[in-house]
Amino acid sequence: MAELIIMPKLGFDMAEGTLLRWLISEGDQLAQGDVIAEIETDKATIEVESQFSGVVRKLVVEEGSSVPIGAPIAIVADAGESIDFETILAASASSSAEPADPAPEPRMMDHALSSSDGNGRLPGGVKASPVARRLAEEFNINLKSLEGSGQGGRIVKRDVEHSIAGQTDEASKVSLPVLPQLEGSETVEAPLTKLRGLIGRRMTSSKQEIPHFYLTSSFDAAAFMKMRSDLNARMPAEEKFSIHDFILKAAGLALRKFPNLNASLGDGKIIRHGAVNIGLAVAVEGGLLTVVIRDVDWKPLRIISTDARAAIQRARAGRVHQDDVEGSTFTVSNLGMYSIDSFVAIINPPEAAILAIGSVEDVAVVKDGEIVPGKRFKATLSADHRVTDGAEAAEWLQIFKGFIEDPLLLLL
Amino acid sequence: MVNRTKSKRVAGELMDKDTMLDLYHEMVLVRRLEEAFETLYQEGKIGGFLHLYIGQEAVGSGVIGARQPQDRVITAYRDHGIAISCGIDPKSIVAELFGKEAGTSKGRGGSMHLGNTDLNFWGGHAIVGAHMPLATGMAMADKYRGSDAVTICLFGDGATNGGYFHEALNLSMVWDLPILWVCENNQYGMGTAVERASAVTEIRQKAEGYGMPNERVDGMDILKVYEATSKNLDLVRKNGPFFLELMTYRFRGHSIGDPERYREKEEIDMWRKDDPIGIFRKHLLSTNGLTDAVLDNIEAKAQSEIEEAIKFAEASADPSLDSLFDYVYVD
Amino acid sequence: MAVITMREAISQAIWEEMERDEDVFIMGEEVGIWGGTYAVTRGFYDHFGGERVRDTPIAEGVIIGAANGAAMAGLRPIAELMTINFAFLAMDQIVNHSAKLRLMFGGQFKIPIVIRAVGGGGRQLGATHSQTPDAVFAHFPGLKVVSPGTPSDAKGLLKTAIRQDDPVMFIENATLYQVRGEVPDEEHLVPIGVSKVQREGHDATIVTYSKMLQKSFVAAERLSSEGIEVEIVDLRTLRPLDMGPVVQSFKKTNRAVIVEEGWKSYGVGAEIAARLYEEAFDYADAPIKRLAQKEVPLPYNHDLEQHAIPQVEDIIMAVKEVL
Repeated sequence: MAELIIMPKLGFDMAEGTLLRWLISEGDQLAQGDVIAEIETDKATIEVESQFSGVVRKLVVEEGSSVPIGAPIAIVADAGESIDFETILAASASSSAEPADPAPEPRMMDHALSSSDGNGRLPGGVKASPVARRLAEEFNINLKSLEGSGQGGRIVKRDVEHSIAGQTDEASKVSLPVLPQLEGSETVEAPLTKLRGLIGRRMTSSKQEIPHFYLTSSFDAAAFMKMRSDLNARMPAEEKFSIHDFILKAAGLALRKFPNLNASLGDGKIIRHGAVNIGLAVAVEGGLLTVVIRDVDWKPLRIISTDARAAIQRARAGRVHQDDVEGSTFTVSNLGMYSIDSFVAIINPPEAAILAIGSVEDVAVVKDGEIVPGKRFKATLSADHRVTDGAEAAEWLQIFKGFIEDPLLLLL
Repeated sequence: MVNRTKSKRVAGELMDKDTMLDLYHEMVLVRRLEEAFETLYQEGKIGGFLHLYIGQEAVGSGVIGARQPQDRVITAYRDHGIAISCGIDPKSIVAELFGKEAGTSKGRGGSMHLGNTDLNFWGGHAIVGAHMPLATGMAMADKYRGSDAVTICLFGDGATNGGYFHEALNLSMVWDLPILWVCENNQYGMGTAVERASAVTEIRQKAEGYGMPNERVDGMDILKVYEATSKNLDLVRKNGPFFLELMTYRFRGHSIGDPERYREKEEIDMWRKDDPIGIFRKHLLSTNGLTDAVLDNIEAKAQSEIEEAIKFAEASADPSLDSLFDYVYVD
Repeated sequence: MAVITMREAISQAIWEEMERDEDVFIMGEEVGIWGGTYAVTRGFYDHFGGERVRDTPIAEGVIIGAANGAAMAGLRPIAELMTINFAFLAMDQIVNHSAKLRLMFGGQFKIPIVIRAVGGGGRQLGATHSQTPDAVFAHFPGLKVVSPGTPSDAKGLLKTAIRQDDPVMFIENATLYQVRGEVPDEEHLVPIGVSKVQREGHDATIVTYSKMLQKSFVAAERLSSEGIEVEIVDLRTLRPLDMGPVVQSFKKTNRAVIVEEGWKSYGVGAEIAARLYEEAFDYADAPIKRLAQKEVPLPYNHDLEQHAIPQVEDIIMAVKEVL
């Protein structure tokens, strides 16, 4: 029985995906769960697994094609099975056609081998030297997360090596001796990376479409910082808690208690999500990724910490899973490590709110008429006025305050 | 077939009766071989080109019949008859044309590249005129080493219009090399008659330009060929190059598939009357007291030898594919 | 070790081999009484005599043809072509005979011939006397093509070429005859078909040979003063081609510039680049660069001619382009 592998929906807001790279070929034996392709959504590049076992009989779309969700991308069947590809594909097209917005036809592999821009097809969609590709594969580095320092923006060996070494300093090796005029204070044009372009488009759209409003409040951090310090004294080095673990847990509990901000604006309605999945903005080379920590409301702090740590590592290594980047219902952005007093974040659509966390500062606190040393941080909530309003948002912040300033509640 | 390299000919001596019978057998053997090749080629059993020696047998047998064992022979691509005259077993000749490992050149050379250096036959060569400088070099080597060997270089009238001929003849005189240049003038270079391609139709005149002694002889009569060769080989051994032009005619086309638009059938018929085998047979019957029965017997023997050779070649093995790179380099 | 010129190294190689083996002799235009138009065989005629140092007519076809014949008959001829441009007059003998006779006769004899030919441009000799058609000869299986870039290699390779049993095109560069270098005093043989790292480095690999090896040495020193260390692999033999050290170096530096004096199209650089892509594609960090003669018959005018031939500055630029 022939099975159609379709462009999977990799998030509730995904309309189409770009098939970046096939990891299988026609004729391959496939087991359920095998990774078959890299698919780029407007958020990230994701490895997709097969739902079926069998032999890959046909790859329906070529690499680089943008394909609406639900549209077939490959056909799997038994080895000897005789298949009428045209009939199957035609049947599938009639059943999956979107009534309002007709899906663009996926380009058939048979018809065109190069993409329509006439520049040919770059493997993996990036310009990288063969040795850079090989190294990146060896060390699990996503080439798309790197900026190329070679000619024409090509990612070369040294770029990957720097990434491996965690270096960002591009100047440590012989740097572009062929272009000495670029040294010093000259204006340099760097190509827009794919990730940077993506962030730009999403943020522009968010800021233009969503009527943001902002509320800033100051929170006492002394208690949870003391608790963190006490807990970390009992934890192995690789499992120590981060500040954001406490923020995530407090925000999660607050969202569970006051779910109006755990929402999206749907078609003429507000969708309040059942699960509390908080996105955590992570700086990666060349941009920003939001990794998702699921079910933060009921997961123990220690599990949240472990999940977040793993997701951040994958994001920085350029190997995010589908689950890492899809399905968040609220986002936390923490710039506390950069000595930021407070900042205003742009909502990560289609969410309704984002919480921007500033640095924990040692401050003089007036307590019972006395000036005492204290620790405080500021957080700014950006919210979608179409979904909520100032009073609701303020109420949520109060609830959040209750949790973060009484951190024993985070352990219950 | 006679192995002339085995008997030491006495200089200037005329053919004895046994030698004549040997050479008669050899000429018939060549004729039968070429007739068999023509059929086998048309049956698709032979690849590439096929140039037949039919009509020119008296040249090969007469010239080579007169050589000493140390004398080298080198010729052009119409080489089956020369190969037989040099003593190569018809079995390995047929095998070579069949591309078999048992061929004279292990199936690597084909019809145009028969050769056996043990029999001092240095090959048929397929590029017109190109073997003439090779002959020069071989003769130079023999002289360098103080040998009294002569290199006998056979070539067609067509080759005398190209640069190699002149470079080689000139150098052979300059270096005073022991070479007998033998021009097989069969009247045509492929389909172009001598007078349409050569400034002089008497090819031996070209040797005059190099101050080289020369002679033109009837190439259809083996006795005349033998006598001239025998005499001039001795001259070469003493004095250096000699140019011998032998007037002959090929009864078949240049190669199989030749439409022969360049000559009339009457012309071929006229020459056929001078069939070298017929001439020799007549001579043997009239002056040596031989009977038809003796000569018929020789012809039958030749026929069976060729049949045997074909059977041998058909049964023998192709070179193995993993021998592809053999003989490209020594080191 | 003595420091001698390339000319002396080649001369010594022939002299020593002729002394060692009576089957070795040299023939060609003006090799005898004149002493060689590049003075390589000066003194040979008086020492070895006219039988072993044979002046020939100006007739390249029969020079190589007779050398082939002498080789078939067991001698070991060294045939000198006054310049490699004249090899085209003997192309049939080189290509159809030197390279093929042994195979066509099922290995019944060998062709131990060394064809010495002087090539290279840059001397205002005009288009027909200035060519570097090395790649043309390297195209043919059956031939070996050797082209040394140092006096030591010239001597060692030529002696080996004379001793081994296959036909060798030994291509000398006229502008290298004055180049000096250390040559071992003792018996010195260099194997044919072995490339050599002539300078170590890690930033990029220059693959080259003959005259361009010397230019690459100069370029390498200048690059070194800028902090760029190139590795230079000298092919020495174009056929059979030894890719081992080339691939090894490329795997180390990930960048290659191939420098040849001949034309780029279908040339040595094309061959090396293709083989690097075939054998070490995953090690490439930049497109492989070919530097070669501009696609024009070399003009007589000095500046035009030099403009067409790769110069040290061109090599430096080419290296920087792949970094």
